[in-house]
Amino acid sequence: MNWLLRSLQSSLGKKFLVAVTGLALLGFVVTHMLGNLQIFLGRDALNAYAAQLKALGGLLWVARAGLLAFFVVHVATAIRISLENRAARPVRYAVDPGIQRTVSARGMLVTGLTVFAFVLYHLAHFTWGWVMTDAHMLTETLADGTTRHDVFSMVVAGFQQPLIALLYVAAMVLLGLHIRHGSWSFVQTLGLNHHKFAPAIRAAAAGLAWLIVLGNISMPLAVLFGAIGLPDGVTV
Amino acid sequence: MNLDAKIPSGPVAEAWDKHRFDLKLVNPANKRKFKVLVVGSGLAGGSAAATMAELGYDVDCFCFQDSPRRAHSIAAQGGINAAKNYQNDGDSVYRLFYDTVKGGDFRSREANVYRLAQVSANIIDQCVAQGVPFAREYGGQLANRSFGGAQVSRTFYARGATGQQLLLGCYAALSRQIEMGAVKMHTRTEMLDIVVADGITRGIITRNLTTGKIERWAGDAVVLATGGYVNVFYLSTNAMGCNVTAAWRAHKRGAGFANPCFTQIHPTCIPVSGDHQSKLTLMSESLRNDGRVWVPAKPGDQRPPSQIPDNERDYYLERKYPSFGNLSPRDIASRAAKEACDDGKGVGPGNRGVYLDFRDSIQRLGAEVVKQRYGNLFDMYQRITDENPYELPMRIYPAPHYTIGGLWVDYNLHSNQPGLHVIGEANFSDHGANRLGASALMQGLADGYFVLPYTIGNFFATHKPEPITTDHPAFREAESEINARLQRFMTIGGSRSPESFHRELGRIMWEKCGMARNRAGLEEALQKIPELREEFWNNVKVIGTERSLNMTLEQAGRVADFLEFGETMCRDALLREESCGGHFREEYQTEDGEAVRNDDDFAHAAVWEWKGPNEEPVRHQEEMTFENVKLATRSYK
Amino acid sequence: MNLTLKVWRQDGPNDAGRLETYDAPDVSPDMSFLEMLDVVNERLINEGRTPIEFDHDCREGICGMCSLVINGVPHGPQRATTTCQLHMRSFKDGDTIAIEPWRAKAFPVVKDLVVDRSSFDRIIQAGGYASVNTGGAPDANAMLIGKEDADTAFDAAACIGCGACVAACPNASAMLFVAAKVAHYAHLPQGQPERDRRTVKMVNSMDAEGFGNCRNYYECEAACPKEIPVKFIGNMNRDFIKAVAAGNEG
Repeated sequence: MNWLLRSLQSSLGKKFLVAVTGLALLGFVVTHMLGNLQIFLGRDALNAYAAQLKALGGLLWVARAGLLAFFVVHVATAIRISLENRAARPVRYAVDPGIQRTVSARGMLVTGLTVFAFVLYHLAHFTWGWVMTDAHMLTETLADGTTRHDVFSMVVAGFQQPLIALLYVAAMVLLGLHIRHGSWSFVQTLGLNHHKFAPAIRAAAAGLAWLIVLGNISMPLAVLFGAIGLPDGVTV
Repeated sequence: MNLDAKIPSGPVAEAWDKHRFDLKLVNPANKRKFKVLVVGSGLAGGSAAATMAELGYDVDCFCFQDSPRRAHSIAAQGGINAAKNYQNDGDSVYRLFYDTVKGGDFRSREANVYRLAQVSANIIDQCVAQGVPFAREYGGQLANRSFGGAQVSRTFYARGATGQQLLLGCYAALSRQIEMGAVKMHTRTEMLDIVVADGITRGIITRNLTTGKIERWAGDAVVLATGGYVNVFYLSTNAMGCNVTAAWRAHKRGAGFANPCFTQIHPTCIPVSGDHQSKLTLMSESLRNDGRVWVPAKPGDQRPPSQIPDNERDYYLERKYPSFGNLSPRDIASRAAKEACDDGKGVGPGNRGVYLDFRDSIQRLGAEVVKQRYGNLFDMYQRITDENPYELPMRIYPAPHYTIGGLWVDYNLHSNQPGLHVIGEANFSDHGANRLGASALMQGLADGYFVLPYTIGNFFATHKPEPITTDHPAFREAESEINARLQRFMTIGGSRSPESFHRELGRIMWEKCGMARNRAGLEEALQKIPELREEFWNNVKVIGTERSLNMTLEQAGRVADFLEFGETMCRDALLREESCGGHFREEYQTEDGEAVRNDDDFAHAAVWEWKGPNEEPVRHQEEMTFENVKLATRSYK
Repeated sequence: MNLTLKVWRQDGPNDAGRLETYDAPDVSPDMSFLEMLDVVNERLINEGRTPIEFDHDCREGICGMCSLVINGVPHGPQRATTTCQLHMRSFKDGDTIAIEPWRAKAFPVVKDLVVDRSSFDRIIQAGGYASVNTGGAPDANAMLIGKEDADTAFDAAACIGCGACVAACPNASAMLFVAAKVAHYAHLPQGQPERDRRTVKMVNSMDAEGFGNCRNYYECEAACPKEIPVKFIGNMNRDFIKAVAAGNEG
């Protein structure tokens, strides 16, 4: 297996790792968004979905571990690549306007690291309950008398804070930029490129990035502008 | 001076086979004991270094560029000839041989040319095996095109960058040998002298152009593949770095310089645009396949080309040479362009230009086809002149392009100076007084891949060089001469840059020893050049230090050698009292202005021997005999 | 026209460099960029100042020797044009032009605007060839190569090894240079026997020289004077993955 490890440590191997893990994370982002969009279907739908996920038990932990591994490899390798890239040009240009590089391409490290910080905050907010602990403790009592975590109210309560909502919106725009470059770039990095399809792939990537941004920011904005409110009787 | 050409006896067609059998061999296990110093890494030097290393010799290769891939062979555009007869149009080894001897205006050596035609086919095979991406037909076979001076289609090409692709093939082979440790490559290293110990060439002295370090290299043979000297004209199509230094130093150490006044003037170059001009750019001769050359019929006609109707145009090549027309050989086409301009019919700045017009081809073939064939050349023309050749005819004018003269070599490519071999453009033997298009690449690769690697074995097997180290007094002396010279450049402290001297020399050479020469002009040049040289050595200004990268210093050294060489070149032109090839001696012409060759007195190579700084050089002769191609006035009518 | 130049001057590889300002008066629009520098140098020599060192040779856009980052763009503002073929008509009277060397750890500055590009040679030495000795080649037409393949191979082989791709890449990556050579052979039957080995060895050599990693900015393609397309980079990525997957890691 030495040859494989060695090959993965080469410049192309590292890019391969970032591309593959990025692709997996992209899959997660899309699924995560689709699940969360159930907020528009109401409290019952979202809470039921959350409960289903929880009920996966051990599987959920396997998925989480996998996701964490992808995330760590993606971020760590990208940071390593960036450090090497810096070292590859010890003296910078005095004038450096660029020719055809895009903002999204140039900003991969910045957008990536910011999204990374945001993910930590996001976990602290909705998973670990370190932010707005009261809202995190909310439960919903069902008709049969059982209770479940009231994810819907927690989210709405959170997004009713304008600063938090705006933070999410801003983070999603950065994520969109990151995905805009990453989601066509992997095609080239994995050698799946085809010169006839290249423009279509770039357009599709931009479309996907927009969909992800719009889908994700629709939730905080809907709450912020009152289209979605807390259920009757729930206060935080 | 011993000028035995060592031409094998017997019929020319069997000479090379017979000779290869007669050559003594070196045992494979012994080859690594012989060190070969190859100077230059172009098509000739690169292919020779790689091939000799493959055979097992211990090779060191030197080039002044930062990579062997940048040698000026890279700039050849049009193609490489080979007698493959793939087009079924009647080509053969004999026809290529015949065309080349005739095209050379009967001043080349028959046996060498025949061998060149023979190995031409092997070159194409070899280059294809290396992965050179020659142009292909849809069916997958190699494509050919026509070139000047031939009525068959035998030129292989890779778009407009054939030289580049062939050189990259050769550079790849060389790189492989470098990786294997069989060749040690020394880049940014300029050879400044050869070292002759006990009468035999045993090494070279170089300057590391990055650090300024002077170094000695000992070997069992020295191979010069240092290209041509056409930059003696300052303005030429050669790269800025091309120079005569290596060849000139070898000459001063005993090697004969053959036919120095033979240079090739390429008919299709972009004309000079102003005084700032540093070099001229060639437009491939292949353009003449589809472009028509013309000038206004009336002298001084200043109308734009589109307003000159056909009956007021002079398609002078088609008119004077109907059977070859626009594909007349280079010397003919160049001189005809000069005549047209001398008659006041020239166009463009200074009226030194003729039109190369694609109007009819675009009408016949469509702009798209023309673009496919010549797109990159048209783009280059437009970048330089800011004119669109799809709409306006190109303006072209002849420019110095290649040197046909060079160090004298025998059939083995060995000079008269023992141990010194000379290959490619740096030698003199194959092109006579005029080189046909697409034959320079052929000669460089023939010498490097298929001739020298055989003949050098014979040299080792018959000479058995004694061991030598760089401590030998000959190395010490050569090095101290170099150091003294560099010191002198640094201390003259004059007021003129080396560049300005080069420009001035170039003007003298172009005006007095260019396409047309006469006795009075040459005698004037022979007066002016020593004066200019004198001023140079008293008034040149070199700034900086000799102990680091210093391109002004490099240039000073090269110009100093051109200033000596130019004199020999004019002397050679003066004594060649005939018009042959592109070298028109105005005293020798027919009534209608055609060149008059003098086979009775000048069917020979003039070989110059250096006698010392203040002595007149001595002219020797190697007679050229023509047993196969009958001496005749060339006619392309 | 009259121009102001800001030129990078650096005495040697280990010295600190700085931008210095020079006037370039009376520049003709028909001059090439290098001829403009010739004129500036001629004046510097006459004034007893050290001329600006810059690499150049063929001055017809094929040897790959000339370089120069002009206003932040390798080979200057005109696309598909080397510095030696760039003409001053691309600039306006009164312009200030910044001239810097190629900047990369793998291309150390030798002096002023001259850099050492021998790392490119070493990458080719690692595998940029078909391993055939001279002699014994079959007839050239014995191997049929479709026109499309031959053309694509030529597109890749058109690389002049100038290093503009590295200079333009924000990461000083040499991917386009390496990919072009890999693609040249990958499109020809002559390149097939060593395809895996060549790809991996050249990539490893590129890494060892200290070039950066490709991030698909495609600046290289925009700066390339021979317009070598980035599709070759994707193709090399594919070849590399295939070679590693096959266990042929060189």
